[in-house]
Amino acid sequence: MINRECGIFKTTYQADMALYTVPLARITVAGFLAFFALILPFILDVKHLVWANLVGINLVAALGLNLLVGFAGQISVGHAAFMAVGGYTAAIMTSRADMPFWVGLVGGGVFAAFYGLLVGLPSVRVKGFYLAIATLAAQFITEWTVNHVRWIGGKGFQASIIVPPAKLGGLVLDTEREKYFLILAIAIVATVALLNIARTRLGRAFVAIRDRDIAAEIMGVDIVRYKLLAFMISSFYAGVAGALWVYYLGNANIESFRIVESINFLAMVIIGGLGSVLGTIFGAAFVTILPLALEDILQNFKGVIPVSDIHSFVAHLRFAVFGGLIMLFLMVEPEGLNRLWRNIKDYFRVWPFPY
Amino acid sequence: MNEMLLEVQNVYLSFGGVQALRGVSLEARKSEILAIIGPNGAGKTSLINAVCGHYHPQRGRILFKGIDITRLPPHRIAALGVARTFQNVALFRDMTVLDNIMLGRHVKMKSNPLACALYWGLAQREEIRHREVVERIIDFLEIEHIRKVPAGALPYGLQKRVELGRALALEPELLLLDEPMAGMNLDEKEDMARFILDVQEELGIGIILIEHDMGVVMDISDRVIVLDLGEKICEGRPEEVVSDPRAIKAYLGEAIAPKGG
Ligand SMILES: Nc1ncnc2c1ncn2[C@@H]1O[C@H](COP(=O)(O)OP(=O)(O)O)[C@@H](O)[C@H]1O
Ligand SMILES: [Mg+2]
Repeated sequence: MINRECGIFKTTYQADMALYTVPLARITVAGFLAFFALILPFILDVKHLVWANLVGINLVAALGLNLLVGFAGQISVGHAAFMAVGGYTAAIMTSRADMPFWVGLVGGGVFAAFYGLLVGLPSVRVKGFYLAIATLAAQFITEWTVNHVRWIGGKGFQASIIVPPAKLGGLVLDTEREKYFLILAIAIVATVALLNIARTRLGRAFVAIRDRDIAAEIMGVDIVRYKLLAFMISSFYAGVAGALWVYYLGNANIESFRIVESINFLAMVIIGGLGSVLGTIFGAAFVTILPLALEDILQNFKGVIPVSDIHSFVAHLRFAVFGGLIMLFLMVEPEGLNRLWRNIKDYFRVWPFPY
Repeated sequence: MNEMLLEVQNVYLSFGGVQALRGVSLEARKSEILAIIGPNGAGKTSLINAVCGHYHPQRGRILFKGIDITRLPPHRIAALGVARTFQNVALFRDMTVLDNIMLGRHVKMKSNPLACALYWGLAQREEIRHREVVERIIDFLEIEHIRKVPAGALPYGLQKRVELGRALALEPELLLLDEPMAGMNLDEKEDMARFILDVQEELGIGIILIEHDMGVVMDISDRVIVLDLGEKICEGRPEEVVSDPRAIKAYLGEAIAPKGG
């Protein structure tokens, strides 16, 4: 991804519109894909495979949130609620109705999409702060409903439902590595789909609404339709991620879909870079791994530092850290880690001649 | 002589207590440049806003090609073939010039969200087809060199040109230009005047042009309407209007002889 594009001359519009217009970039991306598919799963131990799997699931959800917030410019602090809808839909479909795993996965996405349509309705009339409050309300209503409607969560503690592992044909995906491949495949599809949306009619309409909704409307974009579409697609991503999560965990549990998770997803897209797909990958990895790695490091100092329960200490610390980082990035570098990455690239492009 | 495009019939538009338009009627035809002039606050921009559906008049009717568009939302009016530029440039600042103009093709494109997400196949073919149209517009406006530049990073004069390109991409039958040359230097004005004339002659579309520079208005418009305080006070060929006492009193006095007069 660090490439020099000098001397490259595009001769067709097709080539000019390709995702990676520089041949070297295509090779680099292929290299990374090969690494994630063929090397990483075989060199990581189980503990770190878990980390990778969490990053993958979070990435799917964060891509959806970035489509909504970064591309279409609509705010949502209820992303975890859409995950909950997808997760519980999948859980109910597979554990109670005995439907196959992939039906639950798609069903979770589709059901969450329609839920998103509903929650997105206020965006037709209000923006910014008021929309944030509306989605916040949706978050709490969803948490409450899952917790209190017996038909959904059953009688179990924390509305939890046991979910059988994903099955593909005769293959039961129940080891960490098998799950890794499933999550990787879905994360790749989700990433490519968002890249495609970003470079076509749909993505332009979203960005136009974000940049200047009045001009977008005057140019023929039906902004009501496209705002609702943004909510639907974003929630579809969240729903699929939620479904993936319950299959991964073997258990649907309301604690996984609380407001704090919504804030975490916002942290991923803001720290990674609003409106950037690559940034979302950075953001999801960073926000997921940082607290895990921090806890790991602190465990080594057990007894040395005056903290009795390191796990909950880190759990609390991460909110302070991510809260601070969100503010910092919003103020100093609104384009997030993606921008820092570009700056590094630009530096190397002219290296060793800085001028 | 010439096909009717737009009929504005007795339109009233007010904002709270401010009467922006009071019973304005006018007609615009295919292949003509109709200039609208008048002092600041006369209601020129409001008129365009009413035509493109941004504001809906309290009274009166607006017909486009015989279709009543008075209450239609802006995106429907755009799809019928009405495009505009804004007095204060309203480009999508974070989008490249290319994407801004590609967005102008929105109503001409059909790919649904699923096709867009899948890309290869339908959506890609459509993108390429429309990219070709957009490249012709880019050639015509001589902005090849800034294709990939974010619109917000361009100097004002170029932004105005890109905005014209975005409007043209819609392949409108009626083009509304709100002070397209404001704030430009002489060279830029000449270029813009040439583009407007070329558009009208080659594409045969109707143009409504709001412009303060009377030299430009005299040079390129076929007909002129003078607005003052929300009312149409006179109308005619450019040379008729400049000698009309009502026009001179309301507006031209200052515009033609800015010092003294
Ligand atoms: N959105 C608005 N809200 C309130 N008043 C407006 C609005 N738009 C225009 N006006 C008022 O309508 C009158 C006509 O304005 P405008 O159409 O912009 O004039 P012009 O374009 O001829 O300079 C002015 O008095 C202006 O203040
Ligand atoms: Mg005006």
